[in-house]
Amino acid sequence: MSEHFPALVIIVPLISAFLISATGWLNKRLCFPIAVFSLTVSLFASIGVLMMVLENGTVQYRLGGWAPPWGIEYRIDHLNSLVLVVISAVAVLNIVTTHKPVQQDFSGKEGPFYALYVLFVTGLSGIVVTGDAFNLYVLLEIASLTGYALIGLGKDRAALSSLNYLIMGTIGASFYLLGIGYIYLVTGSLNIADIANLLPDIYDSGVVLFAFIFCMIGLFIKMAFFPLHAWLPNAYSYAQSSAVSLIAPLTTKVMIYVMIRVTLYLFTPQFSFVFLNISKPMVWLSVLAIVMGSLFALSQKSLKKMLTYIIVAEVGYMVGGLWLGNRQGITGSILHIVNDAAMTLCLFLAAGNILYMLKSDSFEDMKGLFVKMPFTMAAFTAGALSIIGVPPFCGFFSKWYLISGGIAAGEFGFVGALIFSSLVNVVLFFRVIEIGYYEPFTNHPNAHQKDEETLFNEAPRDMLVPLLMAAILLLALGIFTGHIVTAIIQFAIPTGII
Amino acid sequence: METILSIKPLLAILVSVTAVPFIVFSKRPNIREVWTFIAAIAKFLIVVSMIPVILSGKEIIFTLVDIFSGVSIGFRVDSLGLLFAIVSSFLWIITSAYSIGYMRGLNEHSQTRYFSFFALSLSATMGVAFSSNLFTLYLFYEMLSFSTYPLVTHHQDMEARRSGRKYLLYIVGLSIGFVLPCMLVIYNMTGTLEFTKSGFLSMDVSPALIAALLVIMLFGFAKAAIMPFHSWLPAAMVAPTPVSALLHAVAVVKVGVFCVIRVITGVFGVELLSNSHLNIIVCVIASFTIITASCIALSQDGLKRRLAFSTIGQLSYIVLGAALLSPRGFVGGILHIAMHAFGKITLFFCAGAIFVATGIKNISQMDGIGKRMPITMAAFFIGSLSVIGLPPCGGFISKWHLVLGTLDAGQLALLAVILVSSLLNAAYFFPIVYSAFFNQSKETRVSNRIDEAPIWCLIPICITAIGSIVLFFHPEPFLSLAQMAAESIFIK
Repeated sequence: MSEHFPALVIIVPLISAFLISATGWLNKRLCFPIAVFSLTVSLFASIGVLMMVLENGTVQYRLGGWAPPWGIEYRIDHLNSLVLVVISAVAVLNIVTTHKPVQQDFSGKEGPFYALYVLFVTGLSGIVVTGDAFNLYVLLEIASLTGYALIGLGKDRAALSSLNYLIMGTIGASFYLLGIGYIYLVTGSLNIADIANLLPDIYDSGVVLFAFIFCMIGLFIKMAFFPLHAWLPNAYSYAQSSAVSLIAPLTTKVMIYVMIRVTLYLFTPQFSFVFLNISKPMVWLSVLAIVMGSLFALSQKSLKKMLTYIIVAEVGYMVGGLWLGNRQGITGSILHIVNDAAMTLCLFLAAGNILYMLKSDSFEDMKGLFVKMPFTMAAFTAGALSIIGVPPFCGFFSKWYLISGGIAAGEFGFVGALIFSSLVNVVLFFRVIEIGYYEPFTNHPNAHQKDEETLFNEAPRDMLVPLLMAAILLLALGIFTGHIVTAIIQFAIPTGII
Repeated sequence: METILSIKPLLAILVSVTAVPFIVFSKRPNIREVWTFIAAIAKFLIVVSMIPVILSGKEIIFTLVDIFSGVSIGFRVDSLGLLFAIVSSFLWIITSAYSIGYMRGLNEHSQTRYFSFFALSLSATMGVAFSSNLFTLYLFYEMLSFSTYPLVTHHQDMEARRSGRKYLLYIVGLSIGFVLPCMLVIYNMTGTLEFTKSGFLSMDVSPALIAALLVIMLFGFAKAAIMPFHSWLPAAMVAPTPVSALLHAVAVVKVGVFCVIRVITGVFGVELLSNSHLNIIVCVIASFTIITASCIALSQDGLKRRLAFSTIGQLSYIVLGAALLSPRGFVGGILHIAMHAFGKITLFFCAGAIFVATGIKNISQMDGIGKRMPITMAAFFIGSLSVIGLPPCGGFISKWHLVLGTLDAGQLALLAVILVSSLLNAAYFFPIVYSAFFNQSKETRVSNRIDEAPIWCLIPICITAIGSIVLFFHPEPFLSLAQMAAESIFIK
């Protein structure tokens, strides 16, 4: 049984996606339990895979028994088993909260929603486990197409912003496909490990160079790396929160994973860092992303919009961390995939709860929120402190590795950008916290009387519990950073990198 | 140095965090306050139970979890940390009693939140006192910053919001902007952050970099309120008075100077600083702060603001004591943590008692108030004696050691600074006491009938005032602990 875990992670949600779609016609109430069940199975399978990897090292699973490089191979090492757990954990935590909002927002469309939801998770998990560069593209498109649909289900301008995302996303995917096509042209292989073996002889080939550039541009569009980020803020803020709190924590992070996979394991560090010698400009681009993302976030007037620009800045963290090219920086990048997924989940779930209860997420409607929704706001504050980078919340520790890597690499611009973004985050989040805490002002400072509108009115329990769990997760991830790094992440980085 | 592995430091930290859920979910205010007292007394007893071990020359260590290679969340109880822990955990008990009188006397809102965050703040304070490395110190320093924010801004009005912003700007802004990068640079140079007796930075690093790190970290720990990064402290006086008393005379600000002392002795080390004479920079900055703050205090009419500027000056005494790099100056500096705490908390308690009883905040309105509140103003007199540094109060002992320290270091200019500042201290305290007892009242709110603040306010005032006097005759265990701390650092 356990040797099939890598397949189960994909197969179970894939099949249940179709099952949900079918049951959606018969009995809409069955969709939610099936989705929860399949994602839970997938979560346990992915934890099983992680355990296997921790015990025996890299796990290879041949689909249909065909041997690589001809057959498609699932190749799971420390790096992707970690990301796999992140994906399935976020998916499970989030789906519990979607029950009520989906009934409210997508009444009658539960079938399609949950089918897309599960299929999206399948796509992302597939991207992560596959060891085949072309198969990766296929799964990338599965994840993207379901993502467009999920976002398009929203109200108002959601359809338009989804179309915008679709166009940008397709361009990105095409670039990636083009890159892989070039690689296939010169190596005749699509298996990532196989390509890495074949490439060193032809480093100086122009085709390889352009393959690399195309792959990177494609991925940068997909991960919303500044200045290719324009699709993200609208797509994420107009979509319904039950979809966004799944998509926002995962999409960009999985794309960062693919970037790390491609630079370190497909093109090898020797080519990406030494031969190309583009680390410096890449780090400076990420500095730009961090600074601009933070500045854009400052000018927003609603919670979800603000959070989307913070994502843009955080993408800069992770791209920069990778291109520092040293162990500290890459550790920070990988750790930040985990931590940022948890932080973004926590913040978007909180935003979702606020939207569900208030029907608005603009700052001016958040008055008295600490009285109305104390638990949601407590979790929100935890997420905020984590993004700011306050120990012992997890965001601090990945930032620590990133800054440390920046100092080791002598990239003080990057160090400065990270500190700057932390300080901007203080302003961003305390602006929201201030409104929720101080306003509406009472006339007398010792007054006990409360306004009509500021009465305790917390989100329903099934939306609150996952949020609080996410908040506690932020603490747990922070305190056990040492274990995560020594047990998993240090093996996820090629040994040649110091 | 013999070390003992014990979970006590962790318990001392956790006991008040654990009390928070009980405080939050208590149905009745009286039960809620009982939880605060249980936590406060338990914390104090745990801290006290460590005194014999430390006095016998051992140290208590406990490592919670490894974070980075060479860095853990770890605790080490030594004489310096224990001294600070005793002072703040003891005064928390007193302040809790005072808080009850003050908050109920004024019928304040959100008392549950108030007591919860107070408990959290004390956890963070213990964490700082017992940190064994710079990272753990930073962790609890930040925890303290964020857990005191709701206390400072308790009134939730426009003024509180402005002060809260200033508070965050200075304290969080500088800790992220200054301390964090310095800490990372040090970690990258040395691969460790663990405090040692003689510091872990070496001379191989360029003196310019050391000087930069020293000055940036000195300012970065903005809780020490060293000028020009002091103005959050007067602004924070918008908080309820018990907060100003315990946090802005004892816990928070002393955490700031405690961090500075730890960095000076545990990171840079006495030898490195005295060889490179970089301590002179710190002395100059501290002296400037002492004199300037005392002068500004003279001109303040709000009683709490005057006390705040007085605190800014007194904090720099402690920094100065550490930066003199002479054993007796060091003893004086550390003792001043305890002595100033007792004196200043008395003064703040008095300010709060006057406000509760009469609603008066300004010194100019306090003429003749001694006739109405004789016990309070007598305590105020004792507290001011202690802060000025006159016998028979504890403040005399710490100032005496500081003066000796300046002589040992051969710094006559710094001796002059301390003496001039003492005169200034007298100049801004004695007029208050004089006019309270001997001037005729111009206020209708001040009658000649004796009408003190509630008993819950009055008893704590008496305890801390008497404590200030007792410390003059019997400065144990603080004196022994301070001397042990000095010996461990200065004797090779």
